[in-house]
Amino acid sequence: MTHPPELLEEQRRHLTRRWFFRDCGVGLGSVALASMLGDDRAAAAVSPLAPKLPHYPAKAKRVIFLFQGGAPSHLELFDNKPELTKWDGKLPPAELLRGYRAAFISPNSTLLGPKYGFARHGQSGAEISELLPHTAAIADDLCIVKSMVTDAFNHAPAQIFMSTGSQQFGRPSMGSWATYGLGSENRDLPGFVVFSTGKKGASGGANNYGCGFLPTSYAGVLFRGVGDPVLYLSNPEGVDDAFQRDTIEGVRALNQKRLGLVGDPEIAARIGSYELAYRMQQVAPEAIDIARESPGTLDLYGAKPGEASYANACLTARRLVERGVRFIQIHHEAWDHHGGLTKGLKEQCDATDRASAALVTDLKQRGLLDDTLVIWGGEFGRTPMVQGGNDGRDHHPNAFAMWLAGGGIKPGQTIGETDEFGFNVTADRVHVHDLHATILHLLGFDHEKLSVRSQGLDFRLTGVAGEVVDKMLA
Amino acid sequence: MIDGHRNNLRLAAVTLLLAAGSFRATAAELPPAAERFDFQRDIRPLFSKNCVGCHGARKQKGGFRLDSVEYLLKGGENGSAIERGNSAASDLVRRVARLDADDAMPPKDTDALTAEQVGKLRAWIDAGAPWPEGFVIRDNAQEEGDEEDEAKAKNRDLWSFKPPVKAPIPQNGEANPIDAFVKESLTRDRLDFSPEADRRTLLRRLYLDLTGLPPTLDEQRAFLNDASPEAWKNAVERLLDSPHHGERWGRHWLDAARYADSDGYEKDKPRIAHFYRDWVIGAINRDLPYDRFIIEQIAGDELPNATQDQIVATGYLRNSMLNEEGGVDPEQFRMEAMFDRMDAIGKGILALGLNCMQCHDHKYDPLTQLDYYRLFAFLNNDHEAQPRVYTPGERMRRADTLRQITAIETRLREATPDWEAKLAAWEDDWRAAAKPEWTVIRPEVDKNATGGQRYLPQADGSFVTAGFQPTKSTGVLRLEADLKGVTGFRLEMLNDPNLPANGPGRSFMGTFGLSEFEVEATGPDGKTAPVKFARATADLAPPEKTAVPPRFNEKEPKERYFGPASYAIDGNADTGWSSDLGPGRRNLESVAVFATQAPLDTSSLTFKLVQKIGGWNADDLHAAQMGRFRISVTRSPNPAADPVPAPVRAVLAVPREKRTPRQMAVLFGHWRTIAGDRHPDLATVYAAANTEIESLWAGHPEGVTQFTLAPRSEPRLTSLLKRGDWLKPTDPVTPGVPEVLNPLPENAGDDRLTLARWMVDRQAPTTARAVVNRVWQTYFGVGLVATPEDFGSQGEAPSHPELLDWLAVEFMDGGWSLKKLHRLIVSSRAYRQSSRVTPELLARDPQNRLLARGPRFRVEGEIVRDIQLSVSGLLNLDVGGPAVMPPAPLFLFEPPASYAPFPWKEETGKDRHRRAVYTWRRRTTPYPFLQTFDTPEGNVACVRRTRANTPIQALVALNETVSVEAAHAFAARILKEGGRTDVERLDYAWRLALARPPEPDEVATLTTLMDKQRKAAPKAGAGEQAAYTLAARVLLNLDETFTKE
Repeated sequence: MTHPPELLEEQRRHLTRRWFFRDCGVGLGSVALASMLGDDRAAAAVSPLAPKLPHYPAKAKRVIFLFQGGAPSHLELFDNKPELTKWDGKLPPAELLRGYRAAFISPNSTLLGPKYGFARHGQSGAEISELLPHTAAIADDLCIVKSMVTDAFNHAPAQIFMSTGSQQFGRPSMGSWATYGLGSENRDLPGFVVFSTGKKGASGGANNYGCGFLPTSYAGVLFRGVGDPVLYLSNPEGVDDAFQRDTIEGVRALNQKRLGLVGDPEIAARIGSYELAYRMQQVAPEAIDIARESPGTLDLYGAKPGEASYANACLTARRLVERGVRFIQIHHEAWDHHGGLTKGLKEQCDATDRASAALVTDLKQRGLLDDTLVIWGGEFGRTPMVQGGNDGRDHHPNAFAMWLAGGGIKPGQTIGETDEFGFNVTADRVHVHDLHATILHLLGFDHEKLSVRSQGLDFRLTGVAGEVVDKMLA
Repeated sequence: MIDGHRNNLRLAAVTLLLAAGSFRATAAELPPAAERFDFQRDIRPLFSKNCVGCHGARKQKGGFRLDSVEYLLKGGENGSAIERGNSAASDLVRRVARLDADDAMPPKDTDALTAEQVGKLRAWIDAGAPWPEGFVIRDNAQEEGDEEDEAKAKNRDLWSFKPPVKAPIPQNGEANPIDAFVKESLTRDRLDFSPEADRRTLLRRLYLDLTGLPPTLDEQRAFLNDASPEAWKNAVERLLDSPHHGERWGRHWLDAARYADSDGYEKDKPRIAHFYRDWVIGAINRDLPYDRFIIEQIAGDELPNATQDQIVATGYLRNSMLNEEGGVDPEQFRMEAMFDRMDAIGKGILALGLNCMQCHDHKYDPLTQLDYYRLFAFLNNDHEAQPRVYTPGERMRRADTLRQITAIETRLREATPDWEAKLAAWEDDWRAAAKPEWTVIRPEVDKNATGGQRYLPQADGSFVTAGFQPTKSTGVLRLEADLKGVTGFRLEMLNDPNLPANGPGRSFMGTFGLSEFEVEATGPDGKTAPVKFARATADLAPPEKTAVPPRFNEKEPKERYFGPASYAIDGNADTGWSSDLGPGRRNLESVAVFATQAPLDTSSLTFKLVQKIGGWNADDLHAAQMGRFRISVTRSPNPAADPVPAPVRAVLAVPREKRTPRQMAVLFGHWRTIAGDRHPDLATVYAAANTEIESLWAGHPEGVTQFTLAPRSEPRLTSLLKRGDWLKPTDPVTPGVPEVLNPLPENAGDDRLTLARWMVDRQAPTTARAVVNRVWQTYFGVGLVATPEDFGSQGEAPSHPELLDWLAVEFMDGGWSLKKLHRLIVSSRAYRQSSRVTPELLARDPQNRLLARGPRFRVEGEIVRDIQLSVSGLLNLDVGGPAVMPPAPLFLFEPPASYAPFPWKEETGKDRHRRAVYTWRRRTTPYPFLQTFDTPEGNVACVRRTRANTPIQALVALNETVSVEAAHAFAARILKEGGRTDVERLDYAWRLALARPPEPDEVATLTTLMDKQRKAAPKAGAGEQAAYTLAARVLLNLDETFTKE
């Protein structure tokens, strides 16, 4: 007989808690100290990730960001440009290129017609590529934005910009802001979890999920698809559970004595950290164990236990949000199609389309979509001009597409328009700062008020810009 | 800055005052003129707030306006407003002083100027009413920013913009001035110092602070047994003299210097940067005065007779990240690096938020965007240089190699008494030989065929490549021109200061490989065909079949060779021409000539520079593309490369009689290589000597390249950038410094050295305060100013302003010696008191800003690691050298965890357990252990680390590979060295880990748990091992172990 995962986890948590509280007296130490002192700092020291309330009631309590690193082509996936087909092989109008900088190509390169066809889907009639049949099937759950704009057109700066709202390194990422503002609802897992599933790692590296000048507690923790989900989660060789427990008990007992002697609340926090670490060891392997999912669910995502894949990460993300993890970023770096666009796009769509759609479907059927925000998109778009013979596109910041679902987003709509080449946005421009403002809004924050003081300045995710995109809101 | 000193005018003013006594208003009724004024601070706001609204661009009541000096002097309907040099006689002064109720200004229903303001106005008029040229005063009421300006004007008086001065030391019985100042504030809060900490705690605190290592048992014993009053002092001196002092304190500067061993961004390639790191550690160890420390890092290369070390020090500015991902514009990321350098200087040296002003004037401080770009202009005139540098040992070997070569050449000369005549004959022949005439061409680069690399055209017709470097590319260049009778092409490979080791290639050692030189020509018939070459020659080339270095080969190595120029026309991409002659001679300029089979008439030429000799990973140092090159054409018959290399040709250009011995040596060095061909009698001896010399060259040290700065001969144009956007330059600016800070000296230059000296001037208000504050922060956890990166109005005010200033001045008085500062701090009561936290103290002063107790906090990540290694006995205390790669999860360095595969090779020898300061710092894959303990990634300057306390830290300290190795080693050490019984052994373990003996109940706690292990283990030996592994692991995870108590 198998128990539902939540029950198993609860049981495990209960057991470890009881052990710590009763046998180790940890809880008593830290909790009692905090209340005895009536001191914010002591309380905060106990857990910087304790749940906190936002500025106003939130629509979204959790976020899953499906970051398509390398920048998928909007022109083949979401922004249908039949006109571009007619222009195939011709030079773009000169006025289009005035002041335009491209990364690799001479901007004055010939235009390339879309490589794949589109059709309308759902009641909303959203135009979606033939490469994305599963996404197309959930069209009415999505808010597609065709009018995204960014500031950077090289990968690392643009990814950092998408993740942190700044091209400067060293700023907190979206997930850090979310956990900083809201804490986490799971005490036994990190509040901000990251997966990297593409062919390569994120171009912007760990800065895509770094905490910048915020405390390390708010940094994204990279989970692995195979092996230990968290670095050093497993006991080292030769250390069994009893040995580990005795070690931690020894640490606790001696720390407790020291606390009594020197009275520094930091020691209480340290005791709490070891308690949490031990609990994480018990809970995390189960939390990411997708083998516990039904064959039907595995099939929905196309997930195969034991593999490191985008599909597995999506399914794991669902398991984690169920457990109260605040922010999950799946970074899939695979879309930089300077050449081999036709084959490469198809490959990547095959690898991701089903799982992205399954995640939305699965969250919905479990009643989680209402307060879980799912975001899909890359760091910029791709040029309508060709690169590399006749089968590639260069980086393009002026227009690209993303979609959002759940968590207070108005579904079944497509926002924004671009010109006949998909080159410039012509209606409902959504800058990355606007996207960030909207995400924070959905999480219950006024983006202008969620700030942290550093170097004498109040830093915000949205810098000094950003407006909530009302059209996106349900 | 216009700053009137009235002293020189006073006499004149007094005279005028007497003379004007009976004229209109009497001076006696006017408020007295002020002693000093500052136009921008005192006069401009006064006019803009009170006058310009009615007498400015918008309105000119009474036909009068005073928003510019021309209008002001012209006066209005009522005549002149001011009389320069005579405030008492100026109508304006009379009116604003409201001497006559009828014509008072500003009008009666508004507030009158204060006597002080009138005084300032008078001082200004008396000084001749100086006005910045072309300056126009804005109408504040119209424009926003009025309050902003006022706030800024007020902030001119902020403490941090005035040079520090020593306040008198409070006389309260404290001997150490630090304590005297601290005691003052404690007394104000009815607190007192805590009692002195016990000696063991103190000793461990001192060791962790001064060297970042816990005291060994011998060191503990020596101190505890030293009953002399000098014991503390002796310990302090010993630690300040320790080479490990520089490792601990150097690391702090490395945070501010955003030091890392990789480039950052997407590729994040390895960067060999340890010479700079070792320079910092060495500078701290020898107590290089802090002003020199700064000067050498900003402008060491500009010092007279700069040493290699001083040049290496400029790596400080070069530690910026570097983006070489495909398709980047190199200038964009040079500018990004420039902004980063400004930020680093702002945070790390000046403690000012300079980065705010990249886009706009500072919102709160009197610092402008113009100020920013004027400072920027000092830094904007450099090559991004990467010279080859050598360790002291290598320098000796290099000198030795060159000496031995000279000795052999001297021997040859002695054996050939008529060598000068022979050489002259050769020279005559060389002169007589026909030389092709070359015309430099300037082809267009095909931007779609560079492989993401940029070809930057230079004034001399050459191209410098930059940005992304592919491992393999075919660069395509086209020339549309009617050419007749072309007989050959010349490819010059040139040096450039922006290339590694000066070039001429882009590989990590400045070399290149040219697989094929292909040309297509469009003939008179309009048909395009490949040009056929008769032969290729070069002045320099390695011997045939010189195997390419493994880095420039595939994972499965192919047969790949460098060799003569003919390799570049053999149709084989795996063989190529190079000018790399091995160590010591890798970076010579060289020339290859490709002669056509037949003269060529053409209207269009397409050059294909096929460069396929590179490795498999463009994100590692696997590429060897051409760095700087120039193409020429000739119509001369049978063109060939002059076999005489460029440096020799340079000497030949000098008239014979004017050649120095050194130049003669260069000539001889070349002639000896061909002497045997010309003189068969010399052949044997010379061939042997040449072989000997070649083998000496092979032993020449390799060195490494370092990022440094080198001034350009032509300074760049620096402009103010609209909204900080490098694509939007506006007005050009010249180097200068913010008006609110100390002025530059008269006739100051505009080089970096000027800027550096200005920053460490005695009058520089923030520099000494900033460093003193950071040292304080390191000892006490929080600085005297809690925002060490920003002393502006948005930073925090100092908790002990007089102490901060006293320390800053004392520091400068003491020759900017950091070690003196350390001595002063560690001898204070404030430092030596117990860190015990009572509930009362915690409630009153949670952050311990008042210092009623000693510092107690977790040590930095590096020290956590060093403690583990030291206590367990694993630590290798070697100082300096290349960064090391201790165990780390390898998947982190491979896709998909990392964008690029990074060659992390786990150390298996003695470098496995070095101090953490030597751990390789890859920016996008921070070393997990250190990152978990809040070590910064080195992307941007960091002068204040966060100090988190997380469950991940617990996991890492328990389970991470080296942590586990340390626990095992510690257990073995206890068993081997710690005695026989548990009590003895645990006593030993406690002293190693915590520098104190355990309490009996602590022993009992552990032995209970250890006994469980003994019982659980089947064999006695295994049980003992397990029991002590548990004990060791517990001890290495205690809060106390990695806390400075």
